[in-house]
Amino acid sequence: MTYCINNHNYIPFKLSAVRVGLGDVISMSKVKLAEPLSIAGSLLELRGVTLAYADAGRRVVAAEDISLDVAQSDRIVLLGPSGCGKSTLLKAVGGFITPETGTIRLAGRPVTEPSPDGMMVFQEFDQLLPWKTVLGNVMFPMVASRRFGREAARERAQDTIRRVGLEKFAGAYPHTLSGGMKQRVAIARALALEPKMLLMDEPFGALDALTRRRMQHELLSLWQELRFTLVFVTHGIEEAIIVGSRVFVMTSHPGSILAEFDVREFGDHSRADPAFARLAGEIEDMLLERSQRGPDYVI
Amino acid sequence: MSSDWLHSVAVRRTLVILLLAAAWEGYGRFLGDPLLFPSLSQTVTALLDSTRTGELPSRLLNSLGTLGMGYAAGVAIATVLTTFAISTRFGADFLTMLTAMFSPLPAVALLPMAILWFGIGQPAIVFVIMFSVLWALALNAQSGFRGVSPALRMTGYNLSLTGWRHVVHILIPAAFPSILAGLKIGWAFAWRTLIAAELVFGASSRSGGLGWFISEHRNELAIDQVFAGMLVVILVGLLVEIGIFRTVERFTVIRWGMQR
Repeated sequence: MTYCINNHNYIPFKLSAVRVGLGDVISMSKVKLAEPLSIAGSLLELRGVTLAYADAGRRVVAAEDISLDVAQSDRIVLLGPSGCGKSTLLKAVGGFITPETGTIRLAGRPVTEPSPDGMMVFQEFDQLLPWKTVLGNVMFPMVASRRFGREAARERAQDTIRRVGLEKFAGAYPHTLSGGMKQRVAIARALALEPKMLLMDEPFGALDALTRRRMQHELLSLWQELRFTLVFVTHGIEEAIIVGSRVFVMTSHPGSILAEFDVREFGDHSRADPAFARLAGEIEDMLLERSQRGPDYVI
Repeated sequence: MSSDWLHSVAVRRTLVILLLAAAWEGYGRFLGDPLLFPSLSQTVTALLDSTRTGELPSRLLNSLGTLGMGYAAGVAIATVLTTFAISTRFGADFLTMLTAMFSPLPAVALLPMAILWFGIGQPAIVFVIMFSVLWALALNAQSGFRGVSPALRMTGYNLSLTGWRHVVHILIPAAFPSILAGLKIGWAFAWRTLIAAELVFGASSRSGGLGWFISEHRNELAIDQVFAGMLVVILVGLLVEIGIFRTVERFTVIRWGMQR
């Protein structure tokens, strides 16, 4: 494997498909990073990752031999029924869990522990610090990680809070906010730090259907503006197709990737698109068929 | 007719206090025996008298000083034990076992032994107060730390907060409602224990506390002074509970929505 450094943001490129000399390295740095699926950049790289844990002395495999690449500004969705290991896989990407075998590399460096490079957004509303205001919550990662000074953090936090439309609530404490607003704060808190990637674990799972749709739309608008790299876990098929640029369908026993779909053409606008419904149906059939084969499993 | 003023908490509470005061005064006058039950006015007169002579304030200060020492010692040891408990599994088992054993034991029950160990005097009382605060606080703080939500913990780790920075930025604020509850219960235990211990023996070299004040005047049959002493015990209790703890709660856990 060969790496070279992009001058702008120090993303090592994997050049598996191209044989390169020194001259090519320079030309490669001009590859458009925002283009997912390109052979050029791979920000996040999983190779043969197996995740297992001991439960009452028994070895339980949560995910087996998973390999995938995520390019800069890609939007990856891990889709599957509960128990398929998608959340565990996300936590491993975030450095919370160490793989039994295989490697996880972020920007070329092995992920060994949690870091602000991969900011998590959880489903639980209590991920916000109840003792800090909205502004305090968004500032907290920037100050606590010592990446920004207090004043710079305040300015960035105010800017990000404005982006998620909560500027009127900057001084409010989390317990006074609705579920959707709390999740917006969590997203703002993660984005304000400009992490290398945003890791979302069923972030809209506890919201009502209307709020969830609005949040999906807002997440996509934020992506249009900021082009962050996203790894998104969900069990909602439609949500996966709308939010993602690529969807990895996962199955359980053990957790592994069943299929990969390129869904860049679908977005928030395509809910009524027949092709969208066809794809959703196809994925649903695939998951149902799989689940019927395993008698101990129900979606 | 609507009576809006009855809906104000302050007005209602004042009304309750006035009713109680009137009942006390009325019953005292009806009985007419200041040796058994002095009226409110007699008690207040005695209170003012012993305040003027400086006896009651010096007794009160003495008690508060003893309490402060015992309370501080209890908080310090509870902090050490809880730190040990949240950082190691053995520490957790150790503290769980100790609190299970010692929290049902009234601290005053240790007084006879404390007198043997430390002699009659302030150190013995400081010891039992320390004991009464320690378990209440340690028990509450430990359960508070245990109850910190996984999402909040992970949020801390996500920012590479480890060790003491994780404790200071995440665990202590998240467990603060329980810690504050522990401090409050510890204070109530300590105050009761102090007065009870001082009643048993309060004075060494002529400097005693409030409990001693009560006991001394009972022996002199100055019952109005006994009542004055008890009134001060109640007033200090109310003042700390409402003046200090409620105020802290209002600006912290209630504002944060962690407690209603």
